[in-house]
Order: sequence, then C-alpha cells, then structure tokens
Amino acid sequence: MATLAYREIGGKSGRYWALVIGSGALVAAGLGAALYMRAHGHHVTGMTNQIVWGMPHVFAVFLIVAASGALNVASIASVFGRSPYKPLARLSGLLAVALLIGGLWNLVLDLGRPGHLLDAVMFPQWRSIFAWNIYLYTGFLVVVGFYLWFLMERRLERHSKTIGLVAFLWRLVLTTGTGSIFGFLAARRAYDTALLAPLFIILSFAFGLAVFLLVLITASSALSRPLGERLLKRLKGLLVVFVAAALYFVAVYHLTNLYRAGYRGIESFVLVSGGVYTLLFWVIQVGVGGVVPLVLLLTAKTRLARRMVVASAGVVVGGLAQLYVLIIGGQAYPLRLFPGFVVHSSFYDGVIHPYVPHWPETVLAVSGVGVTTLIVLIGVRLLPFLPASLADEAIDVHGHKGRPAQAPKSVVPSP
Amino acid sequence: MTDPDSFVPQDTKAQAESEDSCDVGRRRLLAMAGGVAVLALAPGVTVWARTMRAKGLVDAHPVRYGLLIDANHCQSGCDACVRACNQYNGLSGQTGPDNAQWIRKVTIQDPKTGFTRTFPVMCQHCAKPACVAVCPTGASFRRADGIVLVDKHRCIGCRYCLMACPYQARSFVAHKVDDQKPWAPRGKGTAEGCTLCVERIDRGKLPACVAACARRGHKAMLFGNLHDPQSAIAKRLAQYASTTIRADLGMEPGVHYRGI
Repeated sequence: MATLAYREIGGKSGRYWALVIGSGALVAAGLGAALYMRAHGHHVTGMTNQIVWGMPHVFAVFLIVAASGALNVASIASVFGRSPYKPLARLSGLLAVALLIGGLWNLVLDLGRPGHLLDAVMFPQWRSIFAWNIYLYTGFLVVVGFYLWFLMERRLERHSKTIGLVAFLWRLVLTTGTGSIFGFLAARRAYDTALLAPLFIILSFAFGLAVFLLVLITASSALSRPLGERLLKRLKGLLVVFVAAALYFVAVYHLTNLYRAGYRGIESFVLVSGGVYTLLFWVIQVGVGGVVPLVLLLTAKTRLARRMVVASAGVVVGGLAQLYVLIIGGQAYPLRLFPGFVVHSSFYDGVIHPYVPHWPETVLAVSGVGVTTLIVLIGVRLLPFLPASLADEAIDVHGHKGRPAQAPKSVVPSP
Repeated sequence: MTDPDSFVPQDTKAQAESEDSCDVGRRRLLAMAGGVAVLALAPGVTVWARTMRAKGLVDAHPVRYGLLIDANHCQSGCDACVRACNQYNGLSGQTGPDNAQWIRKVTIQDPKTGFTRTFPVMCQHCAKPACVAVCPTGASFRRADGIVLVDKHRCIGCRYCLMACPYQARSFVAHKVDDQKPWAPRGKGTAEGCTLCVERIDRGKLPACVAACARRGHKAMLFGNLHDPQSAIAKRLAQYASTTIRADLGMEPGVHYRGI
C-alpha cells in the first residue's frame, strides 16, 4: 500500500534563514531583557504591586493554552480515528511542544528568582495549582515527545492511538490546570469562577487550531507543497465551531457574572467603562477575534486558504487581547476589601490600577513567540514533520471516510 | 538478617535464632502485622486529626498571635505605625506602585452617610492563608504560632501570592535592597509582607507598629495570644464586638477590627 511521505525541508532559501535569524534575534533580545530585569529589579518594567502579572504572562498563557490546542489535530486523528487529519499529526505535536516551551520561557525568565525554581521540585506543595502545573507542563513535553516518536517510528505507529489518548487526556488536564491558576483566586472578581477551566479548554481549541493553520498554510505555500481544498474545508469547519464555542463561553462567563451579586462592578468595568480594556474586549477580542473570522469563513468568496490565514490571524490577535483583558484588566480592577465604602490608601486601594508595558517585559513577552518559531524552524529542517503533499488525493489514500481509496498520482512512496 | 532497630546484641540474637527459629517466625509475623496495621490506620488517623483540627476540636498550638485594631481610637493624620514599621524593617517608606509597603493607613468612607474611619491594614496572618496555599515552593509558610512569613531562600518570585492575597498585603521587592536590617532580611525579586516583627515577638517585645501606637498614647492596636483566654486581646475580643476584613472568604484572619 502506498503511504504518505514526510520530508524535511531544504532550509537553504533566503526566507528560511531570514526567519531563523529573526527569531534567533528575538530569543537573544528576550534573554537580554530578562537579564536586564534581573540585574535592576522589576521596577524597570510596567509591572507593580497592583498589576502583578503583565505582558510576559499574557503571552505565556496564550502560548501554553495554544500548545494544548495545537495538539488537537493529532488527537482528532489518533483518538477519534479521523484519518484525513493523520498526515497533520506530526506537525501538530511539534507545534504543541514548541508553543509550550515558548510559554514556559516567558514564565521562567520573568521570575524574580528563577535560580530557586528547583525548590518547586525539591519541596512540592500539592495544595498549589502552580506546583501541579509544573508537573503538568513537563509531563506534557514528555508525553508528546513519546507521541511524536510513536508517530514517526513505523514499528511503533500501531501503538500511537494509546499514547495519543494519554496525550489528549493530559492536555485536557493541563488546560484545566492553567485555567484554575486564575479560577482559584477567590479574592479577585474577574477570576473567581470554576468556569475559567472549561473556558480555557475551549479557548485552547480555537487558539491552537489558529496557530496550527497559520503555520500549515504558510509552510505549504512557502514550500510549494500541495494543500488540498477538501482538507482545508474540514479544518475551516473545525475553526468555525471552535471560534463560535469560544464566543459562547465568553458570553456565559459575562452573563453569569452579571447575574451574581457583587460582580457587576467588574462587568461594568470590562464591558462599559474600562477604557482600553473595554475597547480591547469589544473591538479586538469579540470583533477581530470572533465575529470577523466567522464572517470571513462562512460568507466570503475569496480563496479559502487566504481567508483561513486572515481568520486565524484574527483569532490569534483576538486571543491575545482576550488574555490581556482577563489577566491585566482583572488586576486593574481594585480588590474590594470594604464593599460599599469609598477606600483610599497609600497602596492604591480602591482605585483602578494603571498599566503601561515597558520595553523589557514587552521584549521578553514577544521572545516567547521567537522561541516557538525557532523550535519549529529547526524541527522541520531536521526531521520529517511536514508531509510532502497534502493534496486531497493523498489524504484519501489514508481512508477518507465515505470515499473509496484511490491511487493518487501525487502520493510519494515511503522511502 | 540483622534488625537495625533491635536492642538485642547480634551474637545473642543469632544464638537465640538458632535455638528457636519458631519464635523468630512468630516475631516476624507480629512485626509484619504491626506494619500492615500502621499502614492501614495511618491515613485514617491523619484524616481524623485534620478533621478535628478543622472543626476546632483539637487545638494545634496553644499560641496564636494576633492583633486587635480599634478604629475608634486610630487618629486621622497619624501614621506612627507605618513609620515605625518602615524604620524597624528597613523599608524605604516610598509609596510608588512598585515600592514595598508592609502596612498602610486605609481610609474608608460611606458615600451615603459620610461616615469615615481610618486604620492600618497589614498582613492579616490568616489561619488559612491563600498566599500559603498557592505558593508552589512552600516559601510562603505559617508558623505554629500563626505568623505568616516568606522564606526568601525558597521564593522564586512568581508573585502568585500577591495575586491570591485578598488584602493586598504582599509586596514584591522590585528594587535593589541596601542597608538591610539583620533581623528583617529582604531580597530583590522575592515577595514579602508584614512579619508581625517576629524577631521582636520572639524576644518578648511588641511589634514595632503596636509599640509606636502605644507610645503615642492612642492605644488603637493591641497585640497578644488569641488562644490564651487570660490575655488582654482575648478578653477584649470576648467583651466587645469585632470583625475581620473579608470574613466571607473563610481565611480566618488573625487581625481583628473594632469600629469599622
């Protein structure tokens, strides 16, 4: 039986090296920014005792949430038996690993004392969801590493369903853990809800698939490798469902808060009077990240691949805005120590806390994307992650449900 | 096989074994049975002890330090407690958003009636502190006597405790720290908060803020052992109504307030 071939990329073009050098420069700049912050203290950033977590955390959470979502494409193939997605499984796994490492890069380099990090392993505190996440993240890397190995080693491929199931369950727990980092913060009105865990899971589906599509379509175009229209349509359908589901969960989150006593202040802040946060919520998160992609995918008549790139970019930008509103807006709204009273203090009780990102934390934040990009670039250069062809005929060979298998012309026999 | 826990000399033991292997077998059986019993009972006993402690039926420690702050006596415009804390613990006293503040004077006003009160807020030294629960390394910890502290050698500077504390009582050291006091070690890149002047307490002295308030003659702050019914603070709490900030969160603060 003919099988689909995967092939490393040549990696000799000027564009490839420009990308490698660009992302490498970003990584170096991020490392420099982190060392600068370490040497001078966090006062060189816009983060304060009120806005405790800033830009590095927005990007880190996005990358980590997207990491678990990027693995979904592989899961759909391995766990749910949808064979048309199988050729995409390797890239899905690679992206998941790269995105997670990019997110962890941000988190670790932002720590005040990263040198003490080993203490989290030496003295684990199981009551802390943060401690749980350390194991969930490192475990995810190990599980997906094995998953990739099983996918790429033909003798082990028949077991890939089992390890794929483990990876799928692991990623669900991982995203639950990431959402719970915020959901367990009972004191802060924007976070105090168990809904954040499932919200983060559905966000991960949308963010991860958007990043995956950006990489897949860009790579196929740059490498002139065929990408079938039917496969794109399937992926488009998935993206539509995920983006719509994310919008639904966001609506439930806000409606629930509007219904709960004591939460109308934070809702009024985010939805109506929060200035930049309100703008980001309605225009970027809901508009650019939700409505525009849905309209583009469902109604526009231009070339599908182009629409999907624009829609995916919208989902990514909207996702970053969403996490900015949630993470930073949630801290900007003051803690309510004395409900019903007007409060003043030298520590800024009772006032909206301003946040202006400074260059060190912004550079560090963006460098996480650089780390992810660099890992993907090196990965596809060294190992056969990308299929030689994703033409529809090639995918049909792998048992496209409801269609008879054909012997397509574009299929390359395995070496 | 030698038994490291045995107090019987080895040569005598070997002789006894050779003389009565049946007895040894019985002893081993008893030891195994004992081990199995301990393994089986230990989780149950632990759960029982925790439940009893949670219900307040078993007192973990005879000492729980706390404060009673009487807002009726706290003077508007007086910040003696804040200055004493800064001076004793080597804080700069600057009030920028990235400066550490272990104690602050808070003014609250009822917008409907104009009723105004001012009083200090610091770490509330909770019985169930959120900062301790969320800390991934155990750097945030609670002493047996109820004082909540940060171990600077374990803190990774993740600031999750700052996110979790409902009282905004934790600060992050964002500046280089010079002229540290030997009794109040600080570290750039770590979290910190009110220590209740633990070093002074261990020497039998009052926290700096309480002592400063007393020197002013305001008597707005009372320190003592909440678990000692004979202590002045316990008697005052038994005599007058008091409250804790955000009692609804169930963290059982060790700092009580009157007049708010």
